[in-house]
Amino acid sequence: MTALLKIEGLTKAYPGVVANDDVSFEIAPGQVHALLGENGAGKSTLVKMIYGLVKPNSGTMTLRGQPFEPPEPRAARADGVAMVFQHFSLFDALSVAENIALGMENPPPMAELAQRISDVSTEYGLPLSPDMTVGDLSAGERQRVEIIRCLLQNPKLLIMDEPTSVLTPQEVQILFATLRQLSAEGTAILYISHKLEEIRSLCDQATVLRLGKVVGRCDPRQKSAAELAEMMVGSELRPPSRTPAEPGAPKLQVTNLSLPAPSAFGTALRDISFTVHAGEVLGIGGVAGNGQDELLSALSGEAATSGATVRLNGQPISTLGPNARRALAVLAAPEERLGHAAAPNMSLIENALLTGATRQNLTRNGFIDWAATRRFAEQIITRFDVRTPGPGNAARALSGGNLQKFVIGREVLQTPEVLVVNQPTWGVDASAAAAIRQSLLDLAHNGAALVVISQDLDELMEISDRFAALNEGRLSAPRPAQGLSIEEIGLMMGGAHGMEVAHHGTA
Amino acid sequence: MDLSSINAASLIASLMVASTPILLAALGEMVVEKAGVLNLGVEGMMIAGAVCGFVIAVETGSPLAGFAFAAFGGAVLSLLFGVLTQYLLSNQVATGLGLTLFGLGLSALLGQGYVGQKAPPIARLDIPVLSDLPFVGPVLFSHDVMLYLSLAMVAGVAWWLKNARGGLILRSVGENHDAAHALGYKVVRIRLMAIMFGGACAGLGGAYLSLVRVPTWVEGMTAGAGWIALAIVVFASWKAGRVLLGAYLFGGITVLQLNLQAAGAKLPVVVLDSSPFVITIVVLVVMSSARNRAALAAPASLGRPFHASG
Repeated sequence: MTALLKIEGLTKAYPGVVANDDVSFEIAPGQVHALLGENGAGKSTLVKMIYGLVKPNSGTMTLRGQPFEPPEPRAARADGVAMVFQHFSLFDALSVAENIALGMENPPPMAELAQRISDVSTEYGLPLSPDMTVGDLSAGERQRVEIIRCLLQNPKLLIMDEPTSVLTPQEVQILFATLRQLSAEGTAILYISHKLEEIRSLCDQATVLRLGKVVGRCDPRQKSAAELAEMMVGSELRPPSRTPAEPGAPKLQVTNLSLPAPSAFGTALRDISFTVHAGEVLGIGGVAGNGQDELLSALSGEAATSGATVRLNGQPISTLGPNARRALAVLAAPEERLGHAAAPNMSLIENALLTGATRQNLTRNGFIDWAATRRFAEQIITRFDVRTPGPGNAARALSGGNLQKFVIGREVLQTPEVLVVNQPTWGVDASAAAAIRQSLLDLAHNGAALVVISQDLDELMEISDRFAALNEGRLSAPRPAQGLSIEEIGLMMGGAHGMEVAHHGTA
Repeated sequence: MDLSSINAASLIASLMVASTPILLAALGEMVVEKAGVLNLGVEGMMIAGAVCGFVIAVETGSPLAGFAFAAFGGAVLSLLFGVLTQYLLSNQVATGLGLTLFGLGLSALLGQGYVGQKAPPIARLDIPVLSDLPFVGPVLFSHDVMLYLSLAMVAGVAWWLKNARGGLILRSVGENHDAAHALGYKVVRIRLMAIMFGGACAGLGGAYLSLVRVPTWVEGMTAGAGWIALAIVVFASWKAGRVLLGAYLFGGITVLQLNLQAAGAKLPVVVLDSSPFVITIVVLVVMSSARNRAALAAPASLGRPFHASG
């Protein structure tokens, strides 16, 4: 079979960094081709070149035997290339139909388009109402909007950039059914992910990128996840080790915690209760936007609650602010790195001061002890392998993964008794993520109680003793993480939000 | 106080004339803000349009030529704002304020030789029978062409934003410029066109002041009209129909309080003078607060600079 898309020697350099270096591969019609690599390996740049958003410095692309150099996405779409973005490129205030019309070259009149949206969505098992405002949809539904937008143009090549990061396991299954159906109909799919199990179950070819270069090709079904991970990282990965220990006395107790939504777009917390013991890790899963940020702020002290809803060692701390809780060794690392966990324009030294002042004694009589603060910042940088020219650098200048290591390290090094983290390894490469998880496990081993909120289920299964899920502001009853199946977790997370499996051909 | 001196028909007719400058300016600014750009230079573009239109109308004797040039002048001035904010990524608020100051100064300079002159009169609609009807005639059928054009533009803009593909693209750019860029739309170009449309509308509004409403050239004659136009856009929740309502409300109260002053109302003049501003804002605030969130949501990218990456 001749290749649908053939890429030869594609190179793209930005000042100071080569995003893609002499990349070559080809995709056959109907093939599900995985593009595998860590953050910063150049996957996104590569597909942006195929989609006409970025122009390569050198190299050639051939589509169906014809030279292919899309000057803009419009041209790529005209040639049958469609793309579902990692960060959804949707317009919240517009309706589903309007959003879809914007992604089409020659959209039919609105009434006809609405009909076609309904047709395609039932054909592929992705129910969607054309008149809904996109801002009101769940993450899974938003993704359906993007997929249907692509499908309406009968693409020959569908590019999917990290499509499953916001979906529940059930939603992932439905997405895969749709993709398999498309592939059977002859549509080639270029699938970008760093989730190895997904790639093994879906894709029939994989190209592995590392630091912009192709470092391997394989049939992912023939390889184990560990082998794929090694190709991706370039070295052997050591999973975090843990020594099973009996949990100690109850450390953090939350009883009937309710909190109204902080803003119109926030989520209200409803009647949340759990206990974390000393030496225990409680993993909290759930699709983003189900109350994760709000739970963190209720535990960190950013949002005070009344009475005895939050207790440390039996003493109520619900009404205390963040600094008072820090003094009691209750620390937190929020998800949003720039703007919440760190002040973007301030140096790492200043950022170290912001949460470390109380516990590290970095102030004297209201004056800042800069020498001690600098030492603390340098300690974080060395201990957590933060790659930066020095502690005087602005937080915004660090890459996402490095800043993540910094903000987690900053809390871990303050010897917390209770540590609450949200998305601790988001955007961090695999080896650094393993190091962060190891440091969290070490904390627990030394008697701290940990609450780890994450959307990465593999991560939660790896480090938590017990697991609970947030769904629309409610927390499921925590269950022992050992032996929990992915289906059970999915149900705890609220299932598939009314999705149905594709019934193309059978309907 | 003698209320019998106030004639309802002429009151309504003159409120329409009084409202048109603000209506035009607010309509233009609404389109600009729908594209995600906050141009605070409406006052400056209006006064520039007022002087451009007046000068050309006096020199050529044709008010319509004056209007055309006023639109051109407003658009050119707004293009300055557009280049600064869209290409050079200057701060929109500061640049808009600077544009207002610049427009006020420039117009004073250009208009120096024209102070106190009278504008050539603009033709009014005169349809036999219809224009002579009692009440309906003076209210509906005896205005100048620009007033009808302003109303047609309200309907046209409302329809275009809602139903035309161009309008959808413009809204998408104002809603999420990164996503619009990812889909391949030219964010900067679309915004520049919206900015120029807004400038042309503000220019027309200004010229309506100096050619029809007053009709003479006085330095600083816009006297805050551009600012009230900006406020109307916000409180009208970026909807063309409500912009019309807000502008006519403001114009109506302006005319009414002038009539009350003339009729000798027992209220202090300062209260009457400020009443249009206060009442318009209060009414629009009450209206917009009663609506649901989505209805009054500002364009999500409003005022945020866009810089294409990669």
